Amino acid sequence: MALIELSAIERRFLLGDTTVNALAGLNLHIDSGEYVAVMGPSGSGKSTLLNLLGLLDRPNAGTYRLEGRDVTTLSPDEQATVRSTRIGFVFQSFHLVPRLTAAENIALPMMLAGIAPAERQRRVARALSDFGLDNRADHKPDQLSGGQRQRVAIARATIMQPALILADEPTGNLDRHTGEDVVNLLEALNGQGVTLIVVTHDPSLGARAGRQLVMEDGRLKSDSASA
Amino acid sequence: MRLTDTLRFARDAALGTPLRTALSVLAMSIGVAAVVILTALGDGARRYVVGQFSSIGTNLVIVLPGRSGTGGFNPANAITSTPRDLTIDDAASLRRLPTVRRVAPLAVGNSEIAYGGKLREAMVAGSTAEFIPIRNFVLAQGQALPEEDWNRGSSVVIIGAKIRDEIFGAESALGKLVRIGDRRLRVIGVLKPTGQGLGMNTDELVIVPVSLAQAMFNSNTLFRILVEANSREAIPGAKAQALDTLKQRHRGEEDVTVITQDAILATFDRLLGALTLGVAGIAAISLAVAGILVMNVMLVAVTQRTGEIGLLKALGASGRSIRLAFLAEAAMLSAVGALVGYLLGQLGAFGLRQAFPVFPAYPPDWAVIAGLSTALATGLLFGVMPARRAASLDPVQALMKH
Ligand SMILES: Nc1ncnc2c1ncn2[C@@H]1O[C@H](COP(=O)(O)OP(=O)(O)OP(=O)(O)O)[C@@H](O)[C@H]1O
Ligand SMILES: [Mg+2]
Repeated sequence: MALIELSAIERRFLLGDTTVNALAGLNLHIDSGEYVAVMGPSGSGKSTLLNLLGLLDRPNAGTYRLEGRDVTTLSPDEQATVRSTRIGFVFQSFHLVPRLTAAENIALPMMLAGIAPAERQRRVARALSDFGLDNRADHKPDQLSGGQRQRVAIARATIMQPALILADEPTGNLDRHTGEDVVNLLEALNGQGVTLIVVTHDPSLGARAGRQLVMEDGRLKSDSASA
Repeated sequence: MRLTDTLRFARDAALGTPLRTALSVLAMSIGVAAVVILTALGDGARRYVVGQFSSIGTNLVIVLPGRSGTGGFNPANAITSTPRDLTIDDAASLRRLPTVRRVAPLAVGNSEIAYGGKLREAMVAGSTAEFIPIRNFVLAQGQALPEEDWNRGSSVVIIGAKIRDEIFGAESALGKLVRIGDRRLRVIGVLKPTGQGLGMNTDELVIVPVSLAQAMFNSNTLFRILVEANSREAIPGAKAQALDTLKQRHRGEEDVTVITQDAILATFDRLLGALTLGVAGIAAISLAVAGILVMNVMLVAVTQRTGEIGLLKALGASGRSIRLAFLAEAAMLSAVGALVGYLLGQLGAFGLRQAFPVFPAYPPDWAVIAGLSTALATGLLFGVMPARRAASLDPVQALMKH
């Protein structure tokens, strides 16, 4: 079943007098449970695509169907609900809230969704042990290593049991070894049926995905699925 | 987002920047403390003055000779000769009025009092038995002037506390004969010391029967007639009846002025009440300033936490959740500031009362309520703008600022 259907997506930015076509005439079809790597040179529109898929950004033209529903016409709050329940983000720079502990950071999406504290605690405890963070629960982000921080971020991205995980260069700030751990974690999640889309500059990492998209100037230059 | 979570999140966010939070709490608390202390001062002044005036007597109606200027130009008065003086019989005639409880004529002058070679100046009040209860004076020893014919006073005197001390020292004063002017009078009472107040200082006063005082000063007029009405409600009736009676006695001429203590009190009450309101208003300006400061603190917080706001949006926070979180933070800053300021203000008022025990420096309830609610309202009001700004941030842009 198609999780994501993009048709004729345009995303333009105005930079002074010139318009930048960050995404131009983009058509894309991603099935549920796929593992997709998005690659391409800097400025080719990878992050723009991911923001769009994550409903953080809106296209200037075209339609985006998520799980069969047109989400481009939703109100900001409806989009927030979709983000809350269906999408998990993993960022290159982790984006943890510095004053909150690891456990509180993981619980943040559930708190925003208004889930009861008892249920939150239960799920956080499980996530902590799943991601090997048991004895780091009360640590603040600045007391964690880069790998641990990204594991907290992944735990947070999965805590609402989303259908889709979007990761923008998740290993960009990590050394090779810890990066490998993080990718293994993400792939394990994909193994459980979560659709995984990873932006990466690392060809070997991209090669591990089931499908490779290469972008250039806002267009799909190649798609391993249609090759 | 649940309310308790919103509050906890806002609290943690505020505590995350302790210095900034402390400063805005301080500003708010200074504003509230200013309202509390300044109104305590203003209302204290009002209570002090009103209290002093009340101590002059209760339900007093005072008759003065001569017409006050407020009556307007009266041609009838213009042709007649100088106004008739008030006499002891005028005073006596007021005793029959149904609305009147007590009447005391009052003649005053200065003389000297001598005993056993000691001599000093004294203010002489000539009056009758009811002078002391009307004026709320208290006797330390002895008794009041005798009930007798007002025109034939006995040769007795009641002396003030300071005069007693200076003339008699350790000796007992009661029953002794003193010389006042050219008369020898027996001391029958000593007044309790009163100290300085708005009313008359009785410590250097001697009280003699009114006819004696008139003879001493060689006049048959009165300085005042003090009338005590039956009750507060009876004051206007007593005033009208007194005026009427005296007008009849003075052949239809209205040549006296009758004032009521009530009217004077009300004037002072109004005046000082307005003053309190004025200082409260001035203090409230500092509250508005504090509100603006809270707004700035919150705007800085929004700017500093832009990345965090972007993250919250990415994690599925609705605009409403973000607005409420920032609004709650602003409300907490001003609520805590208001509370601290209230305590500081009460402490300051307490300090004032300790330093000046005669001065009842209590902040009025209305000022406390108005101060606290203004603080909360400005805090919330000025928190709305930063909260809206936070909620309307573009998530992609916000996420890039990390
Ligand atoms: N907010 C914006 N305003 C103006 N131009 C933008 C904005 N966001 C992206 N762009 C432009 O759109 C194009 C695509 O940007 P995008 O961030 O998607 O590239 P990318 O493929 O993620 O690059 P990188 O590999 O460096 O992260 C670039 O030319 C960029 O300058
Ligand atoms: Mg990018």
